[in-house]
Order: sequence, then structure tokens, then C-alpha cells
Amino acid sequence: MAESIITLSGITKIFNKGTQDEKRALDGIDLEIAPGDFITVIGSNGAGKTTLLNIIAGTYQPDDGRIMIDNQDVTKAPDYRMAGYVARVFQDPTQGTAAKMTIEENLSLSELRGKRRGLKWGVTRSRRKRYSEVLKILDLGLENRLKQDVGLLSGGQRQSLTLLMATLSLPRLLLLDEHTAALDPRTADKVSELTEMMVAEHNLTTMMVTHNMNQALHYGNRMIMLHQGRVQMDVSGEEKQKLTVREVIDKFGKTLKDETLLTCEADLP
Amino acid sequence: MVIFSILPISLQQGLAYALVALGIALTFRVLAFPDLTVDGSFPLGGAVVARLIVGGVDPTLAVIGAAAAGFIAGCLTGILNTRLKINSLLAGILMMTILYSVNLRIMGRANIQLLDSTTVLTFMENMDVARYIPIIIFFFILTVIIKVLVDLFLHTEYGMAMRATGDNETMIRSLGVNTDNATVFGLGISNALVALSGALVAQDQGFSDVGMGIGMIVAGLASIIIGEALIKPRTVFRLTLAAIVGSLFYRFIISLGLRLGLAPTDLKMATGLMVILALGIPAFKKAREGKIHLRGV
Repeated sequence: MAESIITLSGITKIFNKGTQDEKRALDGIDLEIAPGDFITVIGSNGAGKTTLLNIIAGTYQPDDGRIMIDNQDVTKAPDYRMAGYVARVFQDPTQGTAAKMTIEENLSLSELRGKRRGLKWGVTRSRRKRYSEVLKILDLGLENRLKQDVGLLSGGQRQSLTLLMATLSLPRLLLLDEHTAALDPRTADKVSELTEMMVAEHNLTTMMVTHNMNQALHYGNRMIMLHQGRVQMDVSGEEKQKLTVREVIDKFGKTLKDETLLTCEADLP
Repeated sequence: MVIFSILPISLQQGLAYALVALGIALTFRVLAFPDLTVDGSFPLGGAVVARLIVGGVDPTLAVIGAAAAGFIAGCLTGILNTRLKINSLLAGILMMTILYSVNLRIMGRANIQLLDSTTVLTFMENMDVARYIPIIIFFFILTVIIKVLVDLFLHTEYGMAMRATGDNETMIRSLGVNTDNATVFGLGISNALVALSGALVAQDQGFSDVGMGIGMIVAGLASIIIGEALIKPRTVFRLTLAAIVGSLFYRFIISLGLRLGLAPTDLKMATGLMVILALGIPAFKKAREGKIHLRGV
């Protein structure tokens, strides 16, 4: 296996430390992410999925453990430093874009992810031309609305744009935090398709948190299941391809005795 | 006609104070940071320029010094907020209060007369026309230049990051911008403009007074609200234009009020009521529809 892009070792995050509400959200997570990996992350509510993403994105700093990216220690790096490596799509479509700025300005903001921003003109003519090219991929007609405020777009349009913005600058790691969960089923499917296409096109290393077991099994080459802040299961390659929703539930549904672990019984074929 | 007789004074004052409205638009609107430093940084500009001019410094340099002092004051408010995590309103109030003493220290007394000194406006006063004509032209050109510079800046890579800081902080941080620095810098620019205005007003009126900043925030807000009612601030260009036009209209309304018998001592109350009315109308309308929403600026 190629050398990993990101290595997490012994990552522990404790919220409300020293109070009655103390919660060990992550409990010694070890994880190596190889280039080109598309990892889906599942787990029940409170299993630590989003916390894990927040730690990798630098939103939180871990209480214990170490994060290495490209052999650099980035454990203590805040979110705006991690931006040099990591791009992120949030669950809430309004979180990934600036509503009162135009589509082209949003694209320009994201194109400069992790780079120095100076007094150069933001949306240059050559950039505008390229944006109208790449927006065609979305097939939403946004290439003709470059100068409109993002706030005028629908949730699905905004999320598609956010996805494009995240991939535009080719991040070392793309984080998707239940990015289709807030969309209606049809839009969610379209955004999922788009995700698969873009990840494949740029061969992006990706980590996708999802609540949907089918999705977790369908996408990616590797799946990890979190439970109580630990990695409960880590399957990849052929083993993952063969795995079915039923098998996962049979195996873990009982042993963990946690009815919230997988909320997808209804989705079973 | 009353309206024509108050036109020169409203234009002159509206343009002199336009930079305050522009500065407040930068903080309240662009950065979404309700900065109250203004009541202190405006007289700071006046104090620095008066002290430097009386001390024999070249008036142009003195004006630049005043703007620099305002920049520093704004940055300090930003540092109080971002580094020491002091609430934005409180950070501004603290700075405004501290600046009161600082301004007295700078001037050494409560006010300095500038009537006998050479200021940046002196050469215009020696022209063979009514004093207000060259001064209005000068203020107009200066305001336009600064408006264009602000517009251009807000379209640069860093300026856009600053706008995004006020629009969606989570997002722009995840794109690699240290929003703390952007906030500090934005507050600095805003208060530099406010102090520049203070420096111009002090030279125009012929003295600098420690109390000349009282109510400046509310007057600036009133200007912005009026401007935005006339010009919907959909773009940066319109936002800054609205601030300037609003300042002109506000000063016109004030002059008109004074001419029609409003007591100067009631001016700040009238302005305050004007802002309350403007902010309150939407809430009042909503309440009648059975929905009450708290509204901020």
C-alpha cells in the first residue's frame, strides 16, 4: 500500500472535561488514510462521526493523540491552517457558501483555499471564464448566473455548488459531512451522483460521513463504523464490495445492542 | 426658499461626515461587527490633527497621522474582541471610553482652536468665492476617491475574504482565512476613515473638541438606514454609495429640522428616535401580522 496521506494515532476528544457532563466523543482513534481512498463513515448518533471530521478539519483540537499529514505534525493546527490540506462540505447547505456574495465570488473564495490572499483582483476575467466552464458540469444552468447572489439558489443548488467549490482546488482530503442529509430524496440522489463523479474524475481522497447504510456500502472502497468513539469495524476492498446491509446488521446490530446504531432497517431491500 | 438656503451647509456637512457612514457600513454591514469605537475614534482624529497642526506639523501629514491613529484604535477594539474574547459591543464601548481620556491627553485640554492655524482647508478659504464652494468640491472629490478605493479593496482577494468573514465565518475559515486577522484589519480601516472624517470636521469647524464624537454612531447608523432605504445595497458599489447618499440626506434633514425650530440640544434625541423608528417599523408591521421578531442593526 502506498504511504498514507493522513495518519491519526490515538486521537481522543473529551467534551466538558471535568464536569458531570463529561463525554468521551473520540476514544483513541487510529486511522491511516491512503491516497485515493474513498472512505465512508457510519455509526449511530453520538458515535463520534462528526467530531472525527471536526478534528481532521481543525475545528477542534484533540485532547490526546497525533495527526500527521504528509509527514507534518498538524495536531494543533486550527481550521484555517488545515484548509491547506482539507476541503469540507457541511450538512447544512447554507454553511458552505457565502449567501450575500455572488456565485463567481464564492468560487473565487474557494479556489484560493489555503493560499495567501493579497490585493490582487478577486474575480479576474480568466477565472470567470473557467468558472462558467466548470459550472456546466453541474447541469444547473448556474454558468449563466455567475453574478447572482448565492442566497438566491435552492438548497440542492447550493450544495452542488459547495461540492464544486470543494473539489475545484484539488484538496489532499475531501470531507463530506452527511452532505446530502438535508436535501429532499431526489436532490440528494443527484448530489450523490455528482459526488461520485467528481471524486472519480479527480481521484480525490475522500471521507464521507453518512447515516445511510446503503450509501455507505455503495460508495467508496473502504468503510469504517464508529461506536462510542472507537473504530468498531474497518473493511475495505473486496471484503467491502461483498458486504450487505443485512450482514452488517446481523453482525453488529446484536452484539452492540444499540437500536440507534443503524437507522436503515426501513431501507432494506 | 428654506431648502435652497440649507443646501450648502447640508452638502458640506453631509460630505464631511460621509466617511463616518462609510466606516460604519464597513463594520456593521460588511463585517457584521457592531463597532462602537466610532464615538471615540472620531474625536481622536480631531485631537491628533489639532495637536499636530498646532505643534507645527504639515497639515497633510497631520491628517494622515489622524487616520493612522484611528486605524490603531480600531485594531485594538478588534484585538479585544478576537484575542481576549470580549463581546463585540463591550469591546467597542471599552475602547470608546478609553479614547476619551486618550483624546484629553493628546490635546492637553478639552479643546484646541484651529482658526489661526494653517490647515488643509486654508488655501481654499483664501479663494475669491464663498468659502463653502471649494470646500464642498474638495470633500466631494476626497469622498469619491475613498469610496472607489474601498469598492476596489472589497473586490480584491483579501477584501472578498473580509466580506465572507461577515457573511459566513465558518465557511471562510474552512477555506483558510484567519478571520480574527480579517476582523482586526477591517475594524482598523473603518476607524481610520472615521478618524479621517474627525480630522476634516475639526479643520472645517475651526476647532477640535473632546465631546465632538458623542452620538456619532447613531448619526452614522441613521445615515446608513436612510441611504439603504433610497438605494438597495445589493452590491458593494451600492452599499458604499448608500452610506454616502444617506449621510447627505441625514444632514439635510437635520439642517431642515434646525431651521424649522428644532432645538440643537434636542438633535441627538431626534436622531435616536429616527433610528428607532426606522428599525422599529418592520417589527411593528410583523407584530400586526401576529409575528414578533427582535431586530438588530
